[in-house]
Amino acid sequence: MTPSALPLGDPAPADGILPAQAAVGAADRKFSLYAHIPFCAVRCGYCDFNTYTATELGGGASQDAYAETAVREVEFAARAMVASGLPARKLSTVFFGGGTPTLLPAGDLTRILGAAVAQWGLEDGAEVTTEANPDSVTKESLQELYDGGFTRVSFGMQSAVPHVLKVLDRTHNPDRVPQAVAWAREVGLNVSVDLIYGTPGESVADWETSVRTALSYEPDHISAYSLIVEEGTKLAAQIRRGQVPNIDDDDHALKYELADALFTEAGLSWYEVSNWSRTPEDACQHNLAYWRGDDWWGIGPGAHSHVGGVRWWNVKHPTAYANRLDKGESPAAGRETLDADTRAMERIMLTSRLSEGMAINTLSPEARKAVAGLIAQELVEPLKAFAGTLVLTLKGRLLGDAVTRALLD
Amino acid sequence: MSPMARTAPVPAATDPAIIRNFCIIAHIDHGKSTLADRMLQLTGVVKQRDMKAQYLDRMDIERERGITIKSQAVRIPWEVDGTAYCLNMIDTPGHVDFTYEVSRSLAACEGAILLVDAAQGIEAQTLANLYLAMENNLTIIPVLNKIDLPAAQPEKYALELANLIGGKPEDVLMVSGKTGVGVEALLDLIVRELPAPVGDPNAPARAMIFDSVYDTYRGVVTYVRVIDGSLSPREKIQMMSTRATHELLEIGVSAPEPTPSKGLGVGEVGYLITGVKDVRLSKVGDTVTTFSKPASEALAGYHDAKPMVFSGLYPMDGTDYPVLRDALEKLMLNDAALIYEPETSAALGFGFRVGFLGLLHLEITRERLEREHNLDLISTAPNVEYEVTLEDKKVVHVTNPSEYPSGKIAEVREPMVAATILAPTEFVGAIMELCQTRRGILGGMDYLSEDRVEIRYRLPLAEIVFDFFDILKSKTRGYGSLDWKADGDQVADLVKVDILLQGEQVDAFSAITHRDKAYSYGVMMTGKLRELIPRQQFEVPIQAAIGARIIARESIRAIRKDVLAKCYGGDISRKRKLLEKQKEGKKRMKMVGRVEVPQEAFIAALTTAEAPKDKSKK
Ligand SMILES: Nc1nc2c(ncn2[C@@H]2O[C@H](COP(=O)(O)OP(=O)(O)OP(=O)(O)O)[C@@H](O)[C@H]2O)c(=O)[nH]1
Ligand SMILES: C[S@@+](CC[C@H](N)C(=O)[O-])C[C@H]1O[C@@H](n2cnc3c(N)ncnc32)[C@H](O)[C@@H]1O
Ligand code: SF4
Ligand SMILES: [Mg+2]
Repeated sequence: MTPSALPLGDPAPADGILPAQAAVGAADRKFSLYAHIPFCAVRCGYCDFNTYTATELGGGASQDAYAETAVREVEFAARAMVASGLPARKLSTVFFGGGTPTLLPAGDLTRILGAAVAQWGLEDGAEVTTEANPDSVTKESLQELYDGGFTRVSFGMQSAVPHVLKVLDRTHNPDRVPQAVAWAREVGLNVSVDLIYGTPGESVADWETSVRTALSYEPDHISAYSLIVEEGTKLAAQIRRGQVPNIDDDDHALKYELADALFTEAGLSWYEVSNWSRTPEDACQHNLAYWRGDDWWGIGPGAHSHVGGVRWWNVKHPTAYANRLDKGESPAAGRETLDADTRAMERIMLTSRLSEGMAINTLSPEARKAVAGLIAQELVEPLKAFAGTLVLTLKGRLLGDAVTRALLD
Repeated sequence: MSPMARTAPVPAATDPAIIRNFCIIAHIDHGKSTLADRMLQLTGVVKQRDMKAQYLDRMDIERERGITIKSQAVRIPWEVDGTAYCLNMIDTPGHVDFTYEVSRSLAACEGAILLVDAAQGIEAQTLANLYLAMENNLTIIPVLNKIDLPAAQPEKYALELANLIGGKPEDVLMVSGKTGVGVEALLDLIVRELPAPVGDPNAPARAMIFDSVYDTYRGVVTYVRVIDGSLSPREKIQMMSTRATHELLEIGVSAPEPTPSKGLGVGEVGYLITGVKDVRLSKVGDTVTTFSKPASEALAGYHDAKPMVFSGLYPMDGTDYPVLRDALEKLMLNDAALIYEPETSAALGFGFRVGFLGLLHLEITRERLEREHNLDLISTAPNVEYEVTLEDKKVVHVTNPSEYPSGKIAEVREPMVAATILAPTEFVGAIMELCQTRRGILGGMDYLSEDRVEIRYRLPLAEIVFDFFDILKSKTRGYGSLDWKADGDQVADLVKVDILLQGEQVDAFSAITHRDKAYSYGVMMTGKLRELIPRQQFEVPIQAAIGARIIARESIRAIRKDVLAKCYGGDISRKRKLLEKQKEGKKRMKMVGRVEVPQEAFIAALTTAEAPKDKSKK
């Protein structure tokens, strides 16, 4: 999952060596790998992730050669980390995102995974996920993934309602989803589904149908995202031209509350604003690594990485990406080295979204004072706050950014 | 055709007989500055490689907007029949807000080129400026410009011009400031037709100040036209109004760069530098004489430009108040038409109430303050000045709606204007309808030609100064033009409309309107604010009220969702940037009670509030 617009930052050196700050305290931090697969069969109208169709790339050649290029970045990453003075760490999670990773043959994905495991090793019981579109998997391909070390699959279900899927430009037949989930189960994979709510034209009843349908597949995990209208997408243009109605925050709020109620009733619990899991162990560990500020290396075009307060991102286009690696250079397009204040700010921004919450004693005196106001506004759980942890209420989850701003004033 | 003068006449030693002083006057955009460009080029005072379009429009703001704001005088040489002449050309602004600049320039000249766009014909400021030139007894040379345009109708408009000033259509000169066609002939004609200045070279010196500009490096630069006698360097000069004396540090002519000279003689136009730092000590309209041999009688001066429109200017960031104060002080050095005094607003903090000649003047002043002094400003909805008589006979002048007396009011008078509108006859109905809704009284109507008419109305200033012109333009498909001047006042039925946020009055949004239009103002403003103020965590009622009576209400529902649902594949930087932007936005919020109002909402509400009447009708 990599959005298309890259941030502006400092230039990144060709040798990929990280600033000294990256290595400080690294031995005590977990390390994850993200692998971006920038290919899709078609581009969905709402999506601005860094992904390309075969036509956009002028043929399937770059898809065929992609695994090899990605493996090259794995090797480059391993060397650069050693050269930057980082200690050897086993991978605590791996996540293949897209685009549509399962558009590549399963063998390509397991090959990349294998190369990473060969470099770093894998912690016992580590979570290894791939995203998948329901119509790009077969039982055999899922079996191959499982055999190659994957433990978890996340399906882009989005909705169970045909007219909503149509507005979203999703090509899959909704009946494919239960089939794919069942196969994944059978081969031994842990299963998550992604849903999107608030699509133009989606009624509350439609959303309820999607939620109930998703629950009927009994997944271990559900992500529910409110539809974001990204600039430059087909959907944004359709809204601008009045061809589809605009999205509405109140509708989103209502649907979030409905989803949370139905998920909870079905025995799932929220652990992050947009994520629910059946048990705490089913929470996506890779996802948590992002919110907790752990280290990860992101390979692939446009992928983002973070190591010890250094963030960087790769060049976006698969060809530019491959060219860099062919020359033995870092594919990074830019990076930023966060200062202590910025890291503190990010920590608040990220950890306040989690059900495990944020330790109040790590906040500044002003921010600690602001907590009282947040309790009064019913945005923060009072009992948890008295016990020293800031945890959002349901209302607070919906106003999460306002909470963050209040804590940063 | 005359060649470029081989030897230019030398300042201070120029026989008045070879001097021609003229200004170029026209309706806005008819091509004065472009024609001036060709004259600068043909006479060789500006080298080919230094030339750029509208050379004399030197201020950034003039260049960006493509309009002239300040008159510029330039001395140019031109040879006719073997004699080198000295021409003083003044390029003037065309916009109605700056008419006072034109009147001053006229007083320095014997002649005026009345320029008319051959594709547009005579327009309202053509008439207004022609009228001013005739008042000053200037010799008029009618000229049709832009004859290169395919849409030009030279015969038609030559006839119109001839009808207007008397004369034959064939005598109207045809030029193109763009291609240069006819410009040499025009320079020749200026020499032949315009009278030379007359004055007594031996009398005590008398020079008319027609402009006074503050320059950071040189101090005040005073532009004068010598009527009698002469001025020379290192001489003590005296201002006749105050009898204040100044050392003359430099004297010279603009050619067009400042060029020091041995002095200035009868009929000449040039500049003086005295080391004075305040333009008010070197006042436009005053007469300069010499200390050693002072004149006894001053020349007739001008009226001060009178501000017509008032607006509060506030720094976005309250700590910038001293910067704004200093900036206004500096700007006033250059702009005698600007007046201001400090005021405070509960919503906006400390600022100034500033008087302007019109909306363009306001806009330009604000832009200059922001740009030249790196300020972010809010300007409140502009209004005119009202004279309120209380029942106890006390008279209050109100330039700020929040100072409108709440006690017993006997009478309110509002300023009136005499407006002249020129348009093709087919639009007469639409124009009359517009003026009627603006409480206008028809003064008369004349046909300039078969298909063009001049309509005169007496209208309240408050009704025309804001959006009237834009609406006139759209109702006449761009063909209508407008000129106006102050014309006394009248009793009017006015009320003050207040705007309340969560029950709290926001003084910056109060407006004085005609009673019949109070409701539309209330509906417009509450509607606007509902769109502009972001939703808060609680419901916010917005009301419009006359006194205690609520005339319109809206409400902003409480916000329910304010969270980014998704982490973008580890692109934390993006989320952080978003948050930083939100935080930046929060800094730009003004608190009105518990309500966070973004600065942008103030600006947007106040700038669009200019058109309460018609916006609400649409
Ligand atoms: N085609 C053509 N365009 C011209 C001619 N003279 C001026 N223009 C254009 O008309 C526009 C206005 O020209 P200016 O010279 O700035 O007009 P102005 O009368 O000085 O305008 P103000 O000072 O604002 O009143 C510009 O876009 C010029 O390029 C001309 O002879 N032919
Ligand atoms: C980028 S996709 C990659 C996985 C796969 N290609 C898919 O579409 O399911 C990952 C998830 O991001 C979410 N997503 C993408 N664009 C979004 C948007 N504009 N608003 C909300 N969620 C979005 C979808 O729920 C999707 O399942
Ligand atoms: S399949 Fe997924 S990644 Fe591809 S375009 Fe659609 S939403 Fe984006
Ligand atoms: Mg001009």
